[in-house]
Amino acid sequence: MDMSKDLVAASATPLVLAILAEGDSYGYAIIKRVIELSGGHIQWTDGMLYPVLHRLERQGHVAAKWSAAENGRRRKYYRITKTGRKLLAAQREQWHVVDGALRGIWMRARTT
Amino acid sequence: MTTFTDRPLEEQISQWRTYVRRRQVLHGPDVEELEGHLREQLAALTESGLAGDEAFLVAVKRMGSLDALSREFALAHSERLWKQLVTSPDAAEESAKTSHTETLIVLGLAIAAAIAIKVPTLFGLRLDGAEMFYARNISLFVLPLLTIYFLWKRGAGVGRGLMLALPFVAGAVLANIFPFQKRSDTEVLAVLHLPIALWLAVGFAYVRNRWFSSPGRMDFVRYSGELAIYYVLIALGGGVFTAFTMMMFMAIGINAQWLAGDWLIPCGAMGAVIVGSWLVEAKQSVIENMAPVLTRLFTPLFTILLLVFLATMVWTGSPINVEREVLIGFDLLLVLIVGLVLYAASARDPQAPPDFFDGLQLLLVVSALVVDGVALAAIAARISEFGFTPNRVAALGENLILLINLAWSAWLYARFLRQRGSFASLEQWQIAYLPVYPIWAALVVIVFPPLFGYR
Repeated sequence: MDMSKDLVAASATPLVLAILAEGDSYGYAIIKRVIELSGGHIQWTDGMLYPVLHRLERQGHVAAKWSAAENGRRRKYYRITKTGRKLLAAQREQWHVVDGALRGIWMRARTT
Repeated sequence: MTTFTDRPLEEQISQWRTYVRRRQVLHGPDVEELEGHLREQLAALTESGLAGDEAFLVAVKRMGSLDALSREFALAHSERLWKQLVTSPDAAEESAKTSHTETLIVLGLAIAAAIAIKVPTLFGLRLDGAEMFYARNISLFVLPLLTIYFLWKRGAGVGRGLMLALPFVAGAVLANIFPFQKRSDTEVLAVLHLPIALWLAVGFAYVRNRWFSSPGRMDFVRYSGELAIYYVLIALGGGVFTAFTMMMFMAIGINAQWLAGDWLIPCGAMGAVIVGSWLVEAKQSVIENMAPVLTRLFTPLFTILLLVFLATMVWTGSPINVEREVLIGFDLLLVLIVGLVLYAASARDPQAPPDFFDGLQLLLVVSALVVDGVALAAIAARISEFGFTPNRVAALGENLILLINLAWSAWLYARFLRQRGSFASLEQWQIAYLPVYPIWAALVVIVFPPLFGYR
């Protein structure tokens, strides 16, 4: 299944924030988690995650810190901030509404 | 994410790194972050049994096209976009086509501005006879044309153009129907504040629909600073040109002073606004901005000046002398310091950690606050002693506006330096505050003259 570009773009922010709400993480791990959560259906172009992260960082929704990884290289870790949690809560409600509306109409379509 | 024992693979990675680094929007740490990702991907792929070069192909493919990636990075970091405009190949082709039209339009508008300032002469208003008429209207000769240029450049519709015509019409009507008394203070204030108020209309045209987004406003701030610098450069060149004109005609016994005074200088001054704006637009992607460079240069000098000034004032105990010029001088000083803060913010990478320069900025802002407090006290004393005059109220209002800005900036800077807040919040504060200045200027133009009886 190929997801539309717009849908992938729109869902990127809540997905990233929700994953960071589980705990601090870094780029590669976030992408792996997305694949895992979506059962492989959401496949981002790997590089595209980073501009999203940087934009969120700039807007103050996540904070970033370079620290050493297990293998001696540096790795940039991201952490969700207070405003990030607020944004996540707001987005969660919005997605809930969309989800509910679509479910409602598709359930009806199935029964009639 | 390890270093690979596979020599060719390491070589491929380093080639990829060099290639990515050539993208100017991708800065060192970004490349490092991306490389870290690539390495982890490679490690996972080789573990699952792929050979080094196969894994490399897959990992790079998954990273996505570098063009698209650079574009996304540029959007996320618009201050980099300003330095190095990333255009897709088709956008570059398109811009080559429009640049010819643009040159013609810019030339046309510049000539129109030069003619506009000569039109009143037809009605007997000479430059050296109706100085105040020209002073009141100076911004109305050129700023509408500048607005038209940006409306065209940003592809705005007619409706938007008509909406933006309103402030200019209002400005023109008010500046010319108010029955100012001769050489009145309110008239001088209107002259000084009208261009600032109308600059907001130019800003609306410049940013198009992005007025409510902070990158849009910040771009307008950058543009304003660069235009000021280009304008000074063009004025220098114009001065040399005028001097040569005079000298050469003098050599054959003709006095060309009328040519310089009536034509070269006024027409050049108007046309230069349009041409300067066009240069800023055209060059924004090519050269490093000057305004931030000047900011870096002068922030330490102004910090020292303010500190030495305060120390001297405390040492000698002499109070600020509240002459009109002095008050305006202090207002200008504060404007300059707000400008230094603003341009330092416009050029700074908001994600970088606090450094020495940020400490210096805080020191500058705090010392400016103290000076502003002293100046405010002097104005307040003057008002309580001699009552309200248009000048004092204007100076007081401006001082308060700048004080609020600087006080909150100092607070945000302090938070940032103690790593309690982000630099972005300081940037956002400065940007959110921008419309206050033109709105106050509009108040001075619209409300002050009737309020003070056109004195």
